[in-house]
Amino acid sequence: MSASVLPMAADTGINGVALAVLIVLFAIVTVAGFMASRFKRGDGLESLDEWGLGGRKFGTWITWFLLGGDLYTAYTFVAVPAAMFATGAVAGFFAVPYTIVLYPIIFIFMARLWSVSHRHGYVTPADFVRGRYDARSLSLAVAVTGFVATMPYIALQLVGIQAVLEVAGLGGGDNIIAKDLPLFIAFALLAAFTYSSGLRAPAVIAFVKDILIYLVIIVAVIYLPGQVGGWDNIFGAAQDKMEANNAAAIEAGGKPTSSFIPGVGAGWAYATLALGSALALFMYPHSITASLSSNSRNTIRRNAAILPAYSFVLGLLALLGWVAIAAGTTPIGLDGKANAQLVIPQLFEDMFPAWFAGVAWAAIAIGALVPAAIMSIAAANTFSRNIYKEWLNKDATPAQEAKVSKLMSLVVKAFALVFVLTLDKQNAINFQLLGGIWILQTFPSIVFSLFTRWFHRWGLLAGWAVGITYGTVEAYQVINPATGKHFGGSLALIPGIEQMGYIAMTAFVLNLVVTIVVTAVLNAAKVSNGRDETIPFDYFADADDPRVIKDLSEHRAHTAPYGDPDDIPGNAGAR
Amino acid sequence: MTLGNEPPARPRPEDGPPPTNRAMMIAAGVLLVIPIIALMAVPTYARTEPELFGFPFFFWYQFLWVFLCSAMTYGAYRLTLAARKNKGGKR
Repeated sequence: MSASVLPMAADTGINGVALAVLIVLFAIVTVAGFMASRFKRGDGLESLDEWGLGGRKFGTWITWFLLGGDLYTAYTFVAVPAAMFATGAVAGFFAVPYTIVLYPIIFIFMARLWSVSHRHGYVTPADFVRGRYDARSLSLAVAVTGFVATMPYIALQLVGIQAVLEVAGLGGGDNIIAKDLPLFIAFALLAAFTYSSGLRAPAVIAFVKDILIYLVIIVAVIYLPGQVGGWDNIFGAAQDKMEANNAAAIEAGGKPTSSFIPGVGAGWAYATLALGSALALFMYPHSITASLSSNSRNTIRRNAAILPAYSFVLGLLALLGWVAIAAGTTPIGLDGKANAQLVIPQLFEDMFPAWFAGVAWAAIAIGALVPAAIMSIAAANTFSRNIYKEWLNKDATPAQEAKVSKLMSLVVKAFALVFVLTLDKQNAINFQLLGGIWILQTFPSIVFSLFTRWFHRWGLLAGWAVGITYGTVEAYQVINPATGKHFGGSLALIPGIEQMGYIAMTAFVLNLVVTIVVTAVLNAAKVSNGRDETIPFDYFADADDPRVIKDLSEHRAHTAPYGDPDDIPGNAGAR
Repeated sequence: MTLGNEPPARPRPEDGPPPTNRAMMIAAGVLLVIPIIALMAVPTYARTEPELFGFPFFFWYQFLWVFLCSAMTYGAYRLTLAARKNKGGKR
């Protein structure tokens, strides 16, 4: 087997050629990011619609690249194959059914959210909840959940860049400045072009990122299997490793944690991880921001049919984790410890010429910029709309909102940087797991409310609170078998079924039960469910629909927190 | 599962949803639910045989669903357009 002659230990020296390619490609996208402010330019960037949503005019293909770049993050590209490499299919390959069932789910509700947001100038899901129920508390709950869940997600993009830099041999210095300087520079550039170009920057960079990712993965999947003895050998090696892992775990007195394919009983874990993640993904502010930036309600539906192309690539990438097993890749960090997160960058360094390894690293590093930019924009929009304007400065003008958002995007990224540099990486991963559990609890408030107002605002709030509390407590009780620490994973026993399942889904079911019971009681007691500022037509409006003029006077009369929708650019303009 | 073609919760007939062909919307809904059910039924595909090009069944079957789901979602898209085609052009 040819792999056996390859260097086995991680090369801790600096790979000059690969690093040069990485830097050049990174420089190109940085320039593109700054120039992006001219892309499909509107009336300046002085409103949230322009800065934060790109003027709401991205067509099908731009949206495809943008959402693809947004959802399939650098961390995904690092962590999914790493999970496959370390513990196998239940932990890793569930990403494939997750990103398949995702699209029918968003097809069902996203067009409605687009339409109502377009008619009322909503920028965040919390805006919609505010308008639907006139409930500041529920809106705040949705906003804070989205904001808090997004922060560790941004930090994880840094972990993705770090993995590449570490394999490239950077960041090995003893003093803290030399160690983290490359990451610092990368993030400073990201912050600068996001500040100046807003959502247009990731939209442009996403083209480069996605093309690089497709190129790298297709080349790897065609070339690598032949080098390591074919797919038979790859799956054989993976099966052997997972069985050996489990045998060792049982011998040590623990439970088997690895899987070649989900065994009896693991089906629940696999299915709930996939479904729970799929339901949660489009509750994150960054997914909704990218969706709302599209130019018509059907753009997102067309995209639901073409975005699975990325899921196919993600599946291939997951299998590269097993290719690495067959190739005998040993991912060892600069601290000399084994680190599965490094497996993909290491595989490329071992198996490809230096220049191509550089392209692959660039694909991952640039892949971190797109979601990190969109996430910081979305978190910043959430802050300026639903916290700043709603609670701190009710009379903020669109220009002030945009200004607060731009500043907040810097704060959010600085926070993520501090998070990664000062705390253990594992903390970022734990919080991201927790974030997934939390964000799913906003699903009823956002999605159910798009279809009905039967659910009571306080019922939704109660369900949210119970779901978050239960999910947090359960996740805390998961002990990592290797380190003995809390928040060790996202699986726990499902009460009543007695199989392992995704904690977020159990919490979600509990959330639903509480929501329904409280709603039934409050509706029976005829407690007011707030005032709805939307009308049924709003949920079907398209970009070229005429506006219903008489509604506007109503908006003015309403003690409108968002002011006159006529003043909000992009709000169903008279075309 | 609702697809947004119910009568409006608050009666504002002049601003109600556009006329919709209900049968087509139900068909679209069925197309969307099929992949979800198929992939949630993990025990139906958590096995290694039959293999295809060296890929255990578990893996190639899920790759196959990427394409099936994409086709079904596109079908649902065409159906929802047709169900409301009386409303303006397609943008």
